[in-house]
Amino acid sequence: MLFKLSLKNISKSIKDYAIYFFTLILGVAIFYVFNAIDDQSVMMKVSSTTAEIIKLMTNVLSGVSVFVSIILAFLIVYASRFLIKRRNKEFGVYLTLGMSKKKISLILFIETLIIGIVSLVVGLGIGFLLSQLMSILVANMFEADLTRFQFVFSPNACIKTLIYFSIMYFVVMIFNTINISKCKLIDLMYSNKKSEKIKLKNPLFCTIVFIISCIALGFAYYQVTGGIEKMTNANSIFVPIGVGAISTFFVFWSLSGLLLKIFISMKNTYYKGLNSFTLRQFSSKINTMTFSMTIICLMLFITICVLSSAMSMKISMTNNLKKLAPADVQIGKFINVTDYEYYSEKQIEDSKISIYDTLENLGYDVDNKLKDIVKLDVYNFDNIDLKTSIGSYYDIAKDKYPLMPYNKKESIVKISDYNKIAKLFGLKEYTLNDDEYFIVANYSEYVKFRNEGLKVDTILNINEKKLKPKYDSCVEGFIAMNSAYSNMGFFVVPDNAVNDSMKKYEYLTANYNVADINEKNLSEKELSEICKENSNNTVIDFDSKMTIKENSIGLGAMVTFIGLYLGIIFLISCAAILALKELSESSDNVEKFNMLRKIGVDEKMINKALFRQIGIFFMFPLLVAIIHSIFGIKFCNYLLSAFGAANLVSSIIGVAIFVVAIYGGYFLVTYICSKNIIKEK
Amino acid sequence: MGASGSGKTTLLNCISTIDKVTSGHIYVAGNDITKLRGNSLNKFRREELGFIFQDFNLLDTLTAYENIALALSIQNVTSKEIDTRIKKVAKELDIVNVLNKYPYQMSGGQKQRVASARAIITNPKLILADEPTGALDSKSAKMLLEKFDYLNKELQATILMVTHDAFTASYSSRVIFIKDGKIFNEIIKGTNSRKEFFDKIIDVVTLLGGDLNDAL
Repeated sequence: MLFKLSLKNISKSIKDYAIYFFTLILGVAIFYVFNAIDDQSVMMKVSSTTAEIIKLMTNVLSGVSVFVSIILAFLIVYASRFLIKRRNKEFGVYLTLGMSKKKISLILFIETLIIGIVSLVVGLGIGFLLSQLMSILVANMFEADLTRFQFVFSPNACIKTLIYFSIMYFVVMIFNTINISKCKLIDLMYSNKKSEKIKLKNPLFCTIVFIISCIALGFAYYQVTGGIEKMTNANSIFVPIGVGAISTFFVFWSLSGLLLKIFISMKNTYYKGLNSFTLRQFSSKINTMTFSMTIICLMLFITICVLSSAMSMKISMTNNLKKLAPADVQIGKFINVTDYEYYSEKQIEDSKISIYDTLENLGYDVDNKLKDIVKLDVYNFDNIDLKTSIGSYYDIAKDKYPLMPYNKKESIVKISDYNKIAKLFGLKEYTLNDDEYFIVANYSEYVKFRNEGLKVDTILNINEKKLKPKYDSCVEGFIAMNSAYSNMGFFVVPDNAVNDSMKKYEYLTANYNVADINEKNLSEKELSEICKENSNNTVIDFDSKMTIKENSIGLGAMVTFIGLYLGIIFLISCAAILALKELSESSDNVEKFNMLRKIGVDEKMINKALFRQIGIFFMFPLLVAIIHSIFGIKFCNYLLSAFGAANLVSSIIGVAIFVVAIYGGYFLVTYICSKNIIKEK
Repeated sequence: MGASGSGKTTLLNCISTIDKVTSGHIYVAGNDITKLRGNSLNKFRREELGFIFQDFNLLDTLTAYENIALALSIQNVTSKEIDTRIKKVAKELDIVNVLNKYPYQMSGGQKQRVASARAIITNPKLILADEPTGALDSKSAKMLLEKFDYLNKELQATILMVTHDAFTASYSSRVIFIKDGKIFNEIIKGTNSRKEFFDKIIDVVTLLGGDLNDAL
């Protein structure tokens, strides 16, 4: 009997809350898809580096999944509480008929169970299909060939999804039971009889609150953009975040009263068509929704920032590769290491000879197998660290940037060595007088920092010589191949300023002496294996265009997937809450719309009013989130500046398409469903 | 007038085009309103009809002023014109001091007068009132009915009122009794005083009640 009742209740309400069930199914499907990537990638032919990255990525994604499940749990608890509230009268009738609260809880329990099972089954089915598309996307990202495409089912992801969602539904059941046991019959019966009181806020007070919160927001914006250099440690980011969140709340709190006041004073607009009705509906609703609006706005903000950062990171990393990893292979090695605790006897012996000799000793025919070989030494001096290298600027810098590694020894390179590698990399070559030096860097924050030091004409005391800067700003360039603009700077000095005893590190950069790509792959494999096999006996460090590329593709794919995962979940959660609120609002308002019809409002006007009402509701938090994001993205760019000039336009277009598709889709569905709800019967 | 279930409200709903007739025709000012569809139907409701309901049907999010203004703003009347017309009708219906209040801040009588103001402000040919005094105490009901009388006599508004209350009916000039969906009787006030008319109505009601009892 109870089961029948539950089933009937669900089928009755499914029309109204289809959007909620749809979101649940989508949540399950997405959860499965992102957890199934591991198994999906099995069919791809990838190198070991890529395989490792995919492993790392799936680990990170499963960590993110915990966070995602918390978000989804909140959504489900919130939505089911909301749905129960709407059924107060029904429960009241059950109670007056003599049903015990236990039985009502049981009804809800069965309902949740049915919804849970249906959403899991359908969601997993859709997830299974979507994950096949996902494998194509994964293969595309990792540039792997997908010749052996097959349908893959991931039992691990399936079990994980089942466990996570079972826990979520279980939490919902507990919440429901608590909810039911707390309510009183009188409240249930008369819950919708209570006349709605319009709490009017004092417009003057609203204005003051609004102005104060705008100023506070401005302060938070300034802190993460213009005043970013004052941010001395990682924890200080919580100040603008906290201020931003609280002032967002108060903006929503005050804006409804303020907007209403402004519109009422614009009499011609206010008393036109259904404008007064729409505005009043909006402002009365936002009063009760300030908190959820704030949460939705902040979640949208995070979505936009995470997605756009992930996209621009991915785009710029792909672009950087061509520029920042121009040679096939680069081997590095410490010279004259002395640390007996860290290095073995053999390694210490090996550190006394050059890379060329090490490779020859290992049986690698360097001269035949490599071409364009460039050898470069890096020197360290005990008296030259970051602190001395910026001279008198240190007095200012130590307060402004207290976290800089001021006692880190500076790297120093001979001009002849630098010009050789610059030629190989296609960079500009330079000449130096005997008393000059210049700095090469490309990490924009360090470039700015070092330029200040160069401007005060810092003299470099090296081997009892005094060198003065040739340029008053850093020269763009690098020695170590990388996928990011991460060269924090090294000094280029005349050849006679250094001597061999100060050698700390050696680079050997070269191209493979091969004719085509297949031979290149074989050479890469040979050399990397030699280096790997002997890693216990030597201190050489192998790096190549290919590994850098794979790493960077992997990292790019990882951030993209995390961005997409979080982005989709956040967006559907936000949109689902708004949709749910608006749909219930519409069913509450059926009477109001009928009344409007009775005084002669035609369907076109009613639909327009409905469209505007829902539109404002969806747009309002999005608009505030977009304003936040302008500054948030700037801040993210600052953090990610090592990845080079971000390609903002394409990533923002990407994010916009993404948001419009999901959020806009929910908006349209909400509008269409609402139109059905308020339709004249 | 008529007992519960006699078809009063159904008739009103048919005249007001809220409900559709299964057969027959309804003529308002010479036009067959059963032939109206879509926007012309809305135009008819908007421009020729005014509604007053038992439960007021005011929008609780809007002030009294805005509730009244809505009936005009959907006809694209300018805000200036709206303002003058509301001030005029508010004075006539004695609701000037509640114009800026919300429905929950008003008494039942005030709400019903605001609803009446909304109905009358578009100068409709016909005002349809469904049990307008049903939710009012006797003092407010009396006051409302006096206002209706004023609207009818001074502003020449035709008011079609549905009620089962003889006292309310005695304020009208013509009473039609409905029983089980058919017209049972009709009495006209003519030159009678309200008291005399009331007694006449009571007679018919008694007759109706007796007849009903016989039928049982």
